[in-house]
Amino acid sequence: MNKVVERLYNGIVKENPTFVLMLGMCPTLAVTTSAVNGLGMGLTTTVVLIMSNMLISMLRNIIPDRVRMPAYIVIVASFVTIVQFLLEGYVPSLYDSLGIYIPLIVVNCIILGRAESYASKNPVVPSIFDGVGMGLGFTVGLTCIGTVRELIGAGMIFGHQIMPAAYEPITIFILAPGAFFVLALLTAIQNKVKLNISNKNNTTVSTGCSEGGCASCTNGSCGGRVFTVDKKEM
Amino acid sequence: MKELIIILISSALINNVVLSQFLGLCPFLGVSKRVETAAGMGGAVIFVITIASAFTSIIYKFVLEKTGLEYMQTIVFILVIAALVQFVEMFLKKTSPGLYQALGVYLPLITTNCAVLGVALNNVTKSYNIIQGVVNGFATAVGFTIAIVIMAGIREKTEYNDVSPAFKGSPIVLITAGLMAIAFFGFAGLI
Repeated sequence: MNKVVERLYNGIVKENPTFVLMLGMCPTLAVTTSAVNGLGMGLTTTVVLIMSNMLISMLRNIIPDRVRMPAYIVIVASFVTIVQFLLEGYVPSLYDSLGIYIPLIVVNCIILGRAESYASKNPVVPSIFDGVGMGLGFTVGLTCIGTVRELIGAGMIFGHQIMPAAYEPITIFILAPGAFFVLALLTAIQNKVKLNISNKNNTTVSTGCSEGGCASCTNGSCGGRVFTVDKKEM
Repeated sequence: MKELIIILISSALINNVVLSQFLGLCPFLGVSKRVETAAGMGGAVIFVITIASAFTSIIYKFVLEKTGLEYMQTIVFILVIAALVQFVEMFLKKTSPGLYQALGVYLPLITTNCAVLGVALNNVTKSYNIIQGVVNGFATAVGFTIAIVIMAGIREKTEYNDVSPAFKGSPIVLITAGLMAIAFFGFAGLI
């Protein structure tokens, strides 16, 4: 039970894929034009992540080491195709608004990263909860960004009018540049908080791969990167 | 011919792959520290995406559509792309060491670059024929190169600027990208 809670905490807070690891940037910026889209994308990714983690963990002793990457890609792509059909059938509005970004979940480095760094080495149950934790962390990140963009860019949250009628929406925030600005500000706020904490306590600060380190996530194993932990001595 | 030029301009500039479709952000943020490496990456991307979009269009037209297996496109495309990148790498190593020297390091990075798969899927959704698909792929990659080279040029300058500590690293890069995206809106008037 402890392991389960630890996995959930790890995914949602400690190694949050959006804000700490900075993984899966393409969907993060592309679909967060509204809170609903962010939530939908996050949950879709969560489902794929849980299923692929589960299957990869079950097959971890069967898949030969040399062909593991292609095997993982086939597993993930199959689940993405299934989920795509389900969305098309049951939630066509979400399917239309996410569009090409649903099949692109295949190349989301969170999924291959977790497969490589966690599911391929651990038993089934922790792997499933690793998927749940990471997926929810991603969902929280996307929903946050989506909410901020929708609030500033359209004056609404989840389609409900929040801002007073006198508020003139800043439309650019739901267009492409707004995505970059909102993510930049959220990351900067997070950096600021981290800096303050480390200045006050001189405790450990964990830095993810935020410093442009996402180049290596294109090889699908960014999630496996070991955190660098600076211990600042007083 | 006119149609192809319109595809070329709209994919390269108006619907820029990085700045308006958000594909290929990882290399855009990761490999844009120096203009030289950015240009190398751009070259490799142009090479791979053009070939990949030709192959995926051909496979979609002659295999998937003929057999009624269109829904397999995601799985087939990603495998074709992964195999293709490996093959291109081996082929270049054997036949043209000079080009391999220039592009080799970047090739493995491209395998799961979402821009490659994105272009292949875009070709299908927009129902382009094979020639249009190849032109679209080439133009998209050129757009990527334009964006990443400009970004690298700006980053070489901002390195010496006095950026506030909280904005150091990725935030200032993202803000730069946002400003570039606004600038690229200007191209919308071209068509």
